[in-house]
Amino acid sequence: MNVDHARLLGLLAPECLVVFTALAALFADLRFWKHRTPGQRSHRTAIVLTLGFGAAATLLGLMGNTTANLAGGTLVLSPLSQHLKIVLLLFAIVTAWLCTETRFTRHVGEFMALLGLATAGMMFLVGTENLLMVFVALELVSLSLYAMTAFDKRSPRSAEAALRYFLFGGTAAAFTLFGFSLFYGVGGSIHLPTLAVSIARHAGDPLVLVAIVFVLAGFGFKIAAVPFHAWAPDAYEGAPAPTAAFIASGSKIAGFLVLGKLLQVGLPAAAGSGAWKAFAPGWMAVVALLAAASMVFGNLAALAQTNLRRLLAYSAIAHAGYALLALVGGSQPALLYFVVTYALAVVGMFGVVAVVENRTGNGSIAGLAGLRERSPLLAGVTTVFLLSLAGIPPLAGFLGKFLAFVAAAKQGTALGYGWLVALALGMSCVSLYYYLQVLKQVWVVPAETRDPLRGGTVVGGLLAALAVAVVVAGCMPEPLLDFLR
Amino acid sequence: MLAWTIYLSFAAAAAMFLIKPDNRQGARMLALGAALAGLAVGLIGSAGRGGGFAVATRLPWIPTLGAQFLLASDGISRVLVLLTGLAAVAGILFSWNVEHRTREFFALYLALIGGVYGVFLSFDLLLLFVFYEIAIVPKYFLIAIWGSARREYAAMKLALYSFAGSAMVLAGLIAAHVESGSHGFDLAELARYPFPASFQHWAFPLVFVGFAILAGLWPFHTWAPTGHAAAPTAASMLLAGVVMKLGAYGCLRVAMTLFPEGLAAWRHFFGALAVAGIVHGALVALSQRDFKFVVGYSSVSHMGFVLLGLMTVSTIGLGGAVLQMFSHGIIAGLLFGVVGRMVYDREHTRDLDELRTRRLGRRMPFAAVTFVVAALASMGIPGFSGFVAEFKVLVGAWQTFPKLALLAGVGIVLGAAYTLRAVQKVFFDGDPEGSPDGTAGADGTTPSVVSLPEKIGASLLVAATVAVGLCPKLLLDWITPSFASPLFDGLRKGGGL
Repeated sequence: MNVDHARLLGLLAPECLVVFTALAALFADLRFWKHRTPGQRSHRTAIVLTLGFGAAATLLGLMGNTTANLAGGTLVLSPLSQHLKIVLLLFAIVTAWLCTETRFTRHVGEFMALLGLATAGMMFLVGTENLLMVFVALELVSLSLYAMTAFDKRSPRSAEAALRYFLFGGTAAAFTLFGFSLFYGVGGSIHLPTLAVSIARHAGDPLVLVAIVFVLAGFGFKIAAVPFHAWAPDAYEGAPAPTAAFIASGSKIAGFLVLGKLLQVGLPAAAGSGAWKAFAPGWMAVVALLAAASMVFGNLAALAQTNLRRLLAYSAIAHAGYALLALVGGSQPALLYFVVTYALAVVGMFGVVAVVENRTGNGSIAGLAGLRERSPLLAGVTTVFLLSLAGIPPLAGFLGKFLAFVAAAKQGTALGYGWLVALALGMSCVSLYYYLQVLKQVWVVPAETRDPLRGGTVVGGLLAALAVAVVVAGCMPEPLLDFLR
Repeated sequence: MLAWTIYLSFAAAAAMFLIKPDNRQGARMLALGAALAGLAVGLIGSAGRGGGFAVATRLPWIPTLGAQFLLASDGISRVLVLLTGLAAVAGILFSWNVEHRTREFFALYLALIGGVYGVFLSFDLLLLFVFYEIAIVPKYFLIAIWGSARREYAAMKLALYSFAGSAMVLAGLIAAHVESGSHGFDLAELARYPFPASFQHWAFPLVFVGFAILAGLWPFHTWAPTGHAAAPTAASMLLAGVVMKLGAYGCLRVAMTLFPEGLAAWRHFFGALAVAGIVHGALVALSQRDFKFVVGYSSVSHMGFVLLGLMTVSTIGLGGAVLQMFSHGIIAGLLFGVVGRMVYDREHTRDLDELRTRRLGRRMPFAAVTFVVAALASMGIPGFSGFVAEFKVLVGAWQTFPKLALLAGVGIVLGAAYTLRAVQKVFFDGDPEGSPDGTAGADGTTPSVVSLPEKIGASLLVAATVAVGLCPKLLLDWITPSFASPLFDGLRKGGGL
């Protein structure tokens, strides 16, 4: 395998820039800003990250329609992968700014460096069709996120959450790796398109089915699908708000993209069927069951939550179920539109959580009581984000769900997946209840105190921008859909 | 032209937040201006058009799905746009006394109105659905924030019922989209598509019930009385006056035109449910102690006539149903205006026995007269719009299912009974000597002045019901030709029309 290293460096320039930025932030923080207050340090490092990531995103934009396939699918570039990397970088920038709203650590530089490394891992994940590369990139992301979860060293919850996340994640990684090795054993390749051809010859091989189950268990952890979801509520609750935001956004987007690629590019021959009364062994059947379980469990468990972060965690589990519907439907634009618009809303919600917790120290849903009097801006954006999560048109969340449901309904013949769509619609109704409970606190319940609750200017601006993005993507979805095609 | 009703309402809702929070008069004037403008645009845009189908805007919206931004109107939509305009203006006049969070109140109110206009003018199914859902959230907040007793319960119940209904509609919408080959959501094209009979047999009840939940179809009507009772006056007027019509309109415009064979298979069943609603609503209204619940259940009963008219699938029955939508929208607005604004806001009770002691007939002659007029219209006395509408529905029903028509006739008699009972108890039953315990007697002697905005709003609605009652041709000339449009091809093929 001959690799032209100069060309490789050129194509990987954005990733290199991200890693370099991460290290630069770390170095500058330790060398120059050590004696400043954590607030100043987080602002400065956030600016460094914004500049570096912004430059990387610009570079990706300039690369435009470059396509490349290096070293047997280890690095695959396409317009779509460029676009997704830009999206990931934007979410990383928002996450960096959320750090300025929270005071969980003095070691800001380290946190920002880990954030950069996780982002780089996601970018590699998006741009590969090689199983080994998928695994390495996945571990780079996961290890960074474990550490970022544990970063609030004063809080036992943070440590507990990280340990849980780590133990589940380690086991899941083992399953994934085992599944990959079985694929290699059957198919004789770790390159997805090549693997697809040889798997097609072994369709129905029980070993392939075992491998599918193992891989889906591993990814089910990554995307927090039932029954591999148990880490999520604790991690969302215990982790520092920026980490939770990044787990829910960037990590979700990358995870779903890779899972989709793996199943649709690598295993079309082992699809099977999850259609009503026509179950056939294969990944479709497993994914359909995971989707059903996630939607039902996530939505029902969310009803009982009193903590806002746990509510968002269970809503994330439910949303993983809806996204799996798009996966079943085999529509990549629908899947990506769904996860990206979901990420917009959920990052925004964690931004609100960060500001409110930082100012009041109260993370319960009741802590939002009378938010409209204390901060009209936060109340407004919270409304947009939550209604989008509930799937109320014309917000992006509605169209995301609609595209996913239509894709699933089109799959198979004679509305075979209609049962899954019907279940998803029913569960959406359930979800409206708990989102409205939160909005009731914001708009209906009077505040105990009328002290204004103000976040930083940049974070306020970012939250407003996210809310506008949610509205615009919902009213005029075509540009975003084109961007993700 | 008519599309501006939508834009104006949403623009005014957004502009509310440019007004200072304590500038209540400014908020009121802006809301009234927007509603009047909407009414004027509705009148001018409809004038001289008759029943013909006219496209206002057709733009590509989501090419991936084939969805268009298609706003248009036919005679039926124009009648309902006019109703929305009237109800909106009257509702604002009746909520002139909202002092708590005034600008938010009117912003939500106008957003709701904008969504309603949007539903009546959308001829793309996805767009129609989007507007339909936009109307849910403002309803929740209007009731939860400005409502009366048990408002949070009622608001949540209403939101969940509406959302469950729209989930059923959405399921049918997705199924129809996929079944018809995923070309788009143009209602005219979907109505032309021959859906297989077996598909229609399950898709029709799904979509029909989904919409009809909002129209108060028995036994899914229970959100309506609690919602109406807890809502602030303007919201009850809109809920009963306009929002329930959204459901009936959806039944006619979507479920019936798309799935005529499914309709043929199910019409007797839903006709029976409609009559059950008429009779059950009337019986329950007869035994209520709460004034607002009487009116709330009367809405369920009168909406039963709309659904019964739809199920006749004859020109006279459908025409009657649409006319009844208009008529009930006006009359229910009037009734809720009197109950909620004129009586409850001043007397702070809605208990019929309590109100007996207040001698309202003497203290509030304007309210009494208005309510009597509304009651006469509601009972179906000739000369008011309710008579023409219910008469046409009954004639249509008599031709199709005579037994049900008889039962519906019983419903009319019961309607007269509960309406007269309420009129008598509230306005004319007071002890002439005042009540024995003095306080209520003292209370019962002060005259209570009905304010000017209320008088204007009430007169507007009374004028509308009398005008249509005396000259129903005004609206029927719009409604009847609409059934000749290609949208109703499927229904015509099935006979009847």
